[in-house]
Amino acid sequence: MGLPIVSTAATPGLAFSPGDHVFVKDMTPPNHHRTPWYIKGRRGVVLEFIGMYVNSETRAHGDSGLPELPMYRVEFEQTHLWTDYAESPSDKLWIDLYEHWLEQAE
Amino acid sequence: MSEDKDNGGFFDTGWRPSGDVHRGEDGRPHDHPGVQEDVGLGVRASRALAMHELLIEKGVIGEGDVDEAIEAVSKRVQSNGATLVAKAWSDPEFRTRLLKHPKETVIESGFVPEHNADIIVLENTAEVQHMVVCTLCSCYPTQLLGPPPDWYKSFSYRSRAVTEPRAVMSEFGLELGEETEVRVVDSNSELRFLVIPRRPESTDGWSVQQLATLVNRNSMIGVAAATEPDTV
Repeated sequence: MGLPIVSTAATPGLAFSPGDHVFVKDMTPPNHHRTPWYIKGRRGVVLEFIGMYVNSETRAHGDSGLPELPMYRVEFEQTHLWTDYAESPSDKLWIDLYEHWLEQAE
Repeated sequence: MSEDKDNGGFFDTGWRPSGDVHRGEDGRPHDHPGVQEDVGLGVRASRALAMHELLIEKGVIGEGDVDEAIEAVSKRVQSNGATLVAKAWSDPEFRTRLLKHPKETVIESGFVPEHNADIIVLENTAEVQHMVVCTLCSCYPTQLLGPPPDWYKSFSYRSRAVTEPRAVMSEFGLELGEETEVRVVDSNSELRFLVIPRRPESTDGWSVQQLATLVNRNSMIGVAAATEPDTV
């Protein structure tokens, strides 16, 4: 594979539950990843576990992408993401993220 | 191509690889909703455009042949998504299944998701408007909606959809009040989203086929409403 990748050690059970407040890890690993910059380091709420998915981060480098990893739908307040957000304060952003990008927020 | 220089970019060439042609009455390309500016043509796109123009100049193909062919293919596939939506509007049991077990229901209905990607179906209501974007590339449910329109792939849409979704929707003709919460859904490589738009009023008793004519592509991306019956 050549490139180091983010640790994706298998997790027994799920690390997060709906309603958990989480931070998206603010990291920029050298491998392909699909976590856009604008949510890195931001706080959101886990809406649900949506399933186990092939790891696109390792698959992009020629690997099988296995084992599959837990993915969660996370909701962010638009007004938290964009300081000058001028539309409605109730607006949200939803994005589906692999477990290893999330950490529990207090 | 002086046209390029005059107008500054890809979205002003009038030539759309995915068949999304937008021309004014004078036949000239014009601005597209959701798109304010974009980068210029890449090498491959320039080459394809040059070949396309040459083929027209030499009389091998007519001016609109490529656009028409692509549009025909896109329409055929768009109707896959429209049929699913119209069925969901008509049949509450199907609607529930489509929302709860989207991939299975799509396959049961005879459609094949691309790259074996998972499918998520989201429903728009008076309270909530889902609008889909893929900020990192252009993930799109091609088997259900046909090839993605160029505006969906533009840098402009991909950034504005997350920073000013209501402004983008208003350019597509959809004005939402404060009572509707907007949920911008940023897609990824493993998932494809299909949006069920709100069913237009005064369509009681319409058949699935009739309803499907109201389900336009943009409404299934969530940037626009379904077509009103009196405008079909």
